[in-house]
Amino acid sequence: MAETLLIAICGAATYLWRGLGVMLSGRIRTDSAVFVWVGCVAWAMIGGLTVRILLMPAGILAETSLPDRMIAAAVALLVFFVLSRRNLFFGVGSGFVAMIVLSLLQRI
Amino acid sequence: MSSGYRLGAHEALGTPAAVLAAGYVGYGALSADIGLSVWSTLLSTIVIWALPGQLILVEMSSSGAPLIAILLAVSFSAVRFLPMTVSLLPALRAPAHGRGKEYFAAHLIAMTGWVAAMRRAPDLPEVERLPYFVGFALALWLVSIAATGAGYLIAGTLPPVSKSAFVFMNPLYFLLIMLGDARTRLMVMSLAGGAIFGPLFHLLAPQWSVLAGGLIGGSVAFALHRIASRNG
Repeated sequence: MAETLLIAICGAATYLWRGLGVMLSGRIRTDSAVFVWVGCVAWAMIGGLTVRILLMPAGILAETSLPDRMIAAAVALLVFFVLSRRNLFFGVGSGFVAMIVLSLLQRI
Repeated sequence: MSSGYRLGAHEALGTPAAVLAAGYVGYGALSADIGLSVWSTLLSTIVIWALPGQLILVEMSSSGAPLIAILLAVSFSAVRFLPMTVSLLPALRAPAHGRGKEYFAAHLIAMTGWVAAMRRAPDLPEVERLPYFVGFALALWLVSIAATGAGYLIAGTLPPVSKSAFVFMNPLYFLLIMLGDARTRLMVMSLAGGAIFGPLFHLLAPQWSVLAGGLIGGSVAFALHRIASRNG
């Protein structure tokens, strides 16, 4: 119950930013310094979260090894940027397949 | 039904939906693994609709972080929706659509739909732009809710190897979409700032790492950019 309440509040807090965006849109300049800074913090949070999950994951991902995660991420980056002209499906898919293959190799 | 809705839904139900669905299958499995109920897990996709925020919620809950820290971290991770909404809405706005529709559409704003609408809206007739975005994002939202439930339900039957690979698709997806969308030097610097300070703060205080790493990393990138543009 507490868990459901927490999620509902988190949802409301997330919507707050979206709703505030509707209120401010058209009235506020998107090129002002505060907006640039807020954007920087948002990107840094997502960048930090993503890299942290890749380097130091919690939960089930912690069962995979760091070299496996790095190799699979490198495969995905290579396929996405070089081999598939930024096709997200092939990029993410190749990382998925690489992770399965690497995990199976660990067991041999 | 306006053709904008159909066009948006049609374009969403290909690679964008497939990639997001895979990520949400992983998220559902992760949430099951950590012990959240299936209803809470579905509710999180319905009301938060932002995979990074949801991952923060689930991972912080599993590490026993204080509720206020979870709430702060999730809402701070959603701050990006403010500038995203402010910049997207003028591209979708038409006199025919009221403010109510905009408040509804705002809930559907997330990375994939935002990128697609920013790119496609200028090509469409003004009156079809908001319907295009709603069609696109609503289709993604519904597919993701279904994928969350599917991931949760099959978590127990998935072999451990494929379960971790599904979960692995979440950070992988963000890595690609972030790097693929990082067009400006400021974006790249902010990402790098977060990539350095986020993990660093994680070593010091795991429950505050997203918040502190983002604030410090983003501010450093912002300051460096200001200094560089003043001198350059």
